[in-house]
Amino acid sequence: MLETLLPNVNWEKMIEATNETLYMTAISVVITFVLGLILGLLLFLTAKGNIWENAIVNKVISSVVNVFRSIPFIILIVLLIPFTKLILDTMIGENAALPALIIGAAPFYARMVEIGLREIDKGVIEAAKSMGAKTSTIIFKVLIPESLPALVSGITVTAIALVSYTAMAGVIGAGGLGNLAYLEGFQRSRSDVTFVATVIILIIVFIIQFIGDSITSKLDKR
Amino acid sequence: MISIKDVKKIYSSRQGKVTAVDNVNLEITEGEIFGVIGYSGAGKSTLIRMLNGLEIPTEGSVIVANNEVSKIKGGSLRKARQEISMIFQHFNLLWSRTVRENIAFPLEIAGVPKGQRMKRVDELIRLVGLEGREDAYPSQLSGGQKQRVGIARALANNPKVLLCDEATSALDPQTTDSILELLVDINKRLGLTIVLITHEMHVIRKICHRVAVMEGGKVVELGPVLDVFKHPKEEITKRFVQQVTEPEETKETIEHLLELYPHGTVVQLGFVGEAAEQPLITNLIRHYHVTVNILQGKISQTQNGSYGTLFIHLDGEKEELSKAIAYIESQQVGVEVISNA
Repeated sequence: MLETLLPNVNWEKMIEATNETLYMTAISVVITFVLGLILGLLLFLTAKGNIWENAIVNKVISSVVNVFRSIPFIILIVLLIPFTKLILDTMIGENAALPALIIGAAPFYARMVEIGLREIDKGVIEAAKSMGAKTSTIIFKVLIPESLPALVSGITVTAIALVSYTAMAGVIGAGGLGNLAYLEGFQRSRSDVTFVATVIILIIVFIIQFIGDSITSKLDKR
Repeated sequence: MISIKDVKKIYSSRQGKVTAVDNVNLEITEGEIFGVIGYSGAGKSTLIRMLNGLEIPTEGSVIVANNEVSKIKGGSLRKARQEISMIFQHFNLLWSRTVRENIAFPLEIAGVPKGQRMKRVDELIRLVGLEGREDAYPSQLSGGQKQRVGIARALANNPKVLLCDEATSALDPQTTDSILELLVDINKRLGLTIVLITHEMHVIRKICHRVAVMEGGKVVELGPVLDVFKHPKEEITKRFVQQVTEPEETKETIEHLLELYPHGTVVQLGFVGEAAEQPLITNLIRHYHVTVNILQGKISQTQNGSYGTLFIHLDGEKEELSKAIAYIESQQVGVEVISNA
């Protein structure tokens, strides 16, 4: 049945490509989360009226974030080729996509973290200060827990963006479903391959969205 | 316990410099409930925030529980803050934590071990009357319950001073009273010094021993609550006192009555302390040939005695009237003739 409908699909290759996509997405989401959280916290804490108020540091981070957020991803990959070669010694394969994926997504997520943190009631931070809390206590026991639903829904959106970034990275040789859809599907005019790759990407996106939404609503006690 | 000396706070904004607190001097003794009243923008918020170092005075010094909070920084300021806790108008609880976890937060900050922490939290929950709500989240609590969590949290590290920043302003009148009773109870039981700021004279009347009235960054009037109620000097103080002694519609009512009773005199009587409990009106009718008509009255309870006003209408012969008024005056009752018809 499947063979008549989708004559050109090589399921073994399809599964391999799916695994590559999942691998690239998972690693880049984890690193983006950590990096974005740090950048977002720095953006928030160095802003005017905050604990580490520092106009210069804030301006620098803010500009870097804005620049990398503005470069179209497909161009960013090309721009980063020398950098990737320098640290990984290769331009082919799943790992080669990671630097571009992270550098493209972390600034995006950093802004979402910043927005989430800004939504915390200033009074709660003041209350923690009035109890004699250190800055590290404020970060780990007030800022992060109180903004957690926003942090999780932000990383969900970022993870979905990363899935589509992996597909783009695939086109220039990083492997995964994007690579398969482009090389096997588009260039060889086997539209059934493109179709199946697309469906699998959609399923991955839906699953990420579902997991993200249920964690967010579970965390939100407001 | 608290000593505020020549304190000034100047903010520079784009519009120029704003003096939020202007040359304030206050001494607050141990175990006292001290109230600061003023309208918004009077500088009371800035003043109370200088008591735990959330604001640093531009000039002058603030000493609380032997710590010069206006000077110390870093670790020693954080240590001092554990002895000066604060409750807030909007409670400022962590929504991500349960009642129990919220109350445990200051104990975590102070580094109290877990076993002890849980024991102390249970004590505090009983103290503020929140048994059965330990595992609720703030969003599941009423305003009064949230403020009880705020109070329990503030008391966790056995502070010497409790600062109340408009702690009842977001609550309805009944809940306000129950929170105020809790504060008096804590003050008596633990001997805690309480400083509160408010714009409601009701709060001052109910629980404060002394009051400072603030206007334009300055303390314009200061004294025991009953004295201030008896003899308000400044115009603003009189307005605040009126909040509790006279219902808002009094002025209109009096004007209306003056039209209704063209004869005789409308008199405002001010009772303070003992005088409030004597049968003045009975004596008045028995001994003088006047008719007495009670128009409106109210007696308020303060921490150091009761205070009340009564509006009456007197009618009769002119001579009898002046004798009657002289009699009232001799009874240590404040008399103010509103109008002679």
